[in-house]
Amino acid sequence: MAKYIFKRICLAIVTIWAVATLTFFLMNLVPGGPFMSEKAVSPEAMAALEAKYGLDKPLGEQYLTYMKDALHGDFGQSLRQRGRSVSSIIFSKFPVSAKVGGMAVVVALVLGVPLGCLAAFNRGKVWDHIISVIATCGIAVPSFVICTFLMYTFGVKLKWLPTLGLTGPANYIMPVVALAFYPMAYIMRLMRSSMLDVLGQDYMRTAKAKGVSQSKSIFKHALRNAILPVITYLGPMMAYTLSGSFIVEKIFTIPGLGGQFVSSITNRDYTVIMGTTIFLATFMVIMMVVVDILYKIVDPRIKLK
Amino acid sequence: MSNKLVDIKDEYLSFFTPAGEVKALNGVSISLNEGEVLGIVGESGSGKSVTAYSLMGLTAHPGKLISGELNFNGHQVEKMSEKEMRKMRGNEVSIIFQDPMTSLNPVYTIGNQIEEVILLHTDKDKAQAKERARELLELVGINEPDKRLKQYPHELSGGMRQRVMIAIALACEPKLLIADEPTTALDVTIQAQILELMMELKDKLGMAIILITHDLGVVANMCEKIAVMYAGHIVEYGTVDDIFYNPKHEYTKGLLKSIPRLDATEHERLVPIEGTPIDMLNPPKGCPFAPRCEKCMKICLREMPPVTEFDDVHYTQCWMNQKEMMQGGTANE
Repeated sequence: MAKYIFKRICLAIVTIWAVATLTFFLMNLVPGGPFMSEKAVSPEAMAALEAKYGLDKPLGEQYLTYMKDALHGDFGQSLRQRGRSVSSIIFSKFPVSAKVGGMAVVVALVLGVPLGCLAAFNRGKVWDHIISVIATCGIAVPSFVICTFLMYTFGVKLKWLPTLGLTGPANYIMPVVALAFYPMAYIMRLMRSSMLDVLGQDYMRTAKAKGVSQSKSIFKHALRNAILPVITYLGPMMAYTLSGSFIVEKIFTIPGLGGQFVSSITNRDYTVIMGTTIFLATFMVIMMVVVDILYKIVDPRIKLK
Repeated sequence: MSNKLVDIKDEYLSFFTPAGEVKALNGVSISLNEGEVLGIVGESGSGKSVTAYSLMGLTAHPGKLISGELNFNGHQVEKMSEKEMRKMRGNEVSIIFQDPMTSLNPVYTIGNQIEEVILLHTDKDKAQAKERARELLELVGINEPDKRLKQYPHELSGGMRQRVMIAIALACEPKLLIADEPTTALDVTIQAQILELMMELKDKLGMAIILITHDLGVVANMCEKIAVMYAGHIVEYGTVDDIFYNPKHEYTKGLLKSIPRLDATEHERLVPIEGTPIDMLNPPKGCPFAPRCEKCMKICLREMPPVTEFDDVHYTQCWMNQKEMMQGGTANE
């Protein structure tokens, strides 16, 4: 186990380095720069700004300097938000996204798993059809449509829920629902098909032949086997959901990391782009390792090597 | 006769599939005394397993009992509720399945799976159940039982897993063990070991066994009585001697001709039964074997033959036998 984790950490470092390097050069290939704006800046002022942030040096040198600082934990200052360090931006925005995302993950699991099971148990019957329609909608309908629909129905027409910001508990409902919809639908589908597969397995018949009750055979024998594909999906899903969705955050004006990330790209805020990318990559890699370990706990056949 | 443990009378069972009603069992009657071994032979789809599963209430989904009595150990199984049946399964009657590779749950330890059935049907606490599980593993000839209890199914070989299945089946000392092709998925040397183990345990524990197989060799060694099934009918029923030395039904004769023999002369060919099994969705009106029978008569195609009894045990369902019987020919002696 210790050996496995050590190996994974080494691999993670390589992955994160590759992501950072690729982002660094791609970002610089994109035309424009952090100090371009509608207002013309005099060439002298531009040169002074670039010199101040080291942008006048050759790209290779910039890269080495950045990497050296990053290794020391210094991700630099934001080029556009004066006086704010990149880490302070990330650590102020991420918790907001993670809170909404975390709730969405819980909602997706709490609804997706039982509904998927329900569909499997009632295969071909009314419940199965209803759930399959919900699942198809969840996967096919893009999140901006769902957001707009929710906002229009519950915010504007019915006036049940607030539509802007995150000022009270009620504000969380719509963004969480919008964010949870796709993963919930996906989990439902995964759960349904894997549960159907498991229900047809010989060991389920063995359990019945042993005199195990229906409910116990489902909770003990079926669920643990059927949940495996959901666990696999959990890693990327958590990383994606917790890091914030640009669309959902923009529509509900949530000051989260997802929105921040996209606006930093349009602003060519190089240091923020780099910092956020490295942060998200690290987060994703950690999630993957957590899921692998979880997988090992649930399924003893898995060997971590 | 000693007291009957199993008495199935005139069982009809159908599977209601989208394509139509598949009549899996058409008037099957089986009886078995305590401590006896009955072999059910027949080709795939002849209703061997369905008969045995119905006795445990394990009939798979679109299957439904149409009529008949299923008496087992003083219960009327066809009238039992699911809850009553649950108390019986794994306790009074157990089953071993064909494929030990898939019959055990991959995510629980062997110990857990044996203890489960003990905890369900007895008053033993966890520690006692564990002790009993250990005993059972020793009983079925698994070495290092303490280590095995903590292992998962994928860490054991096929033969070992089948031994574990037997341990689970025997945990509550059932009156009846149903073995559904217990050795089909195992290689030959292991087959013999498993069968030997089953016979040894039968003598030790005094249970009855219903052995479902298509291997006549296995049946000859182990069983006292044999039921030969074809298309949901028992076409011939008798003692091992009846079936092997005095077969009456053309299907039984055909089966015996199609197995290799050690005393065969060098160039003697095996004789297969011509034709293919009937379509169970559209069974013929008469004897189901008639289309493949060499001695088929006109009446065979029109009407299902009645039971012809040769003695207390031995009977067939065949017009030929009926005819011989009517003509006073006691050809069975």
